Amino acid sequence: MNPAPIYDQLAIYLIAAAFLLAMGIYGLLRRRTLIGMLISGELIFSAASLNLMAFNRFTAPDQTVGQIFVLFIMGLAAAEVAIALSIIIAVYRNFRSVTTQELSELKG
Amino acid sequence: MTSFPASNLITNAIFVLCLVTMAIGASIAVFTTRLIRSVCGLAICCIGLAGLYYFLHSPFLALMEILIYVGAVCVTIVFAVMLAEPDEPARTEKSGATLGWGGLALLIAAAIFSGLVWLGVHGPWMPPTDLLSDGSIAAIGRALLTTYSLAFELISLALLVAILGALAIARSGRTRP
Repeated sequence: MNPAPIYDQLAIYLIAAAFLLAMGIYGLLRRRTLIGMLISGELIFSAASLNLMAFNRFTAPDQTVGQIFVLFIMGLAAAEVAIALSIIIAVYRNFRSVTTQELSELKG
Repeated sequence: MTSFPASNLITNAIFVLCLVTMAIGASIAVFTTRLIRSVCGLAICCIGLAGLYYFLHSPFLALMEILIYVGAVCVTIVFAVMLAEPDEPARTEKSGATLGWGGLALLIAAAIFSGLVWLGVHGPWMPPTDLLSDGSIAAIGRALLTTYSLAFELISLALLVAILGALAIARSGRTRP
């Protein structure tokens, strides 16, 4: 009935990206350590990248733009992870814990 | 057009395998309590995602996904897990409240998921009328060095600043007992 194979349909990719975003938001709300929240944030980044790539493949006239944008997202995600992990290490040195419930002082 | 027997079926199977790998990896990353398993789930999810990028006609991004996410981001997070030993402690609050908040989080995630799926399926997405360029690696390289050269340089600067900032932040407090 449908001539396009399933790997050539935009909706499949959009559903996969929505699943990744939902998982990331659930993890961001549910995790109780900073590193767990960072991993969920990475899932949200991946969801955004997949969404951009799907729209780039199926609706954009210039096929390079989305790929370059996703490449920049990956570079910024790597930089963000480096900064966030160094902040987490600094927090762990000061508080001896990275659970979000115990990090309740602003200046200690 | 010559084709391998059942090649369409095999391609579909590989695509479904990539989708399932991504979904299982994301679920592992979110639902486990041990943090090291969560990092492994993120790595599995990124491998599946690289397969999806390959199906989106972008082998370059598939390579970059594995290189950057599995090779750099996951390894860095593993180092942080090793240094900070952040295993989630046993839950001390009452289980009823925990279950309630977990259910609320799941409800929010499900609402976002269903809303986005409805938008994605029912959206009036139009295919492009004419292609300005194919997404080949040569075209990407040309665009990176002509149209996007400023952004390209800026992101290298951002990475340099991030490295220096990470060193500066992680160094402070090192002399504290």
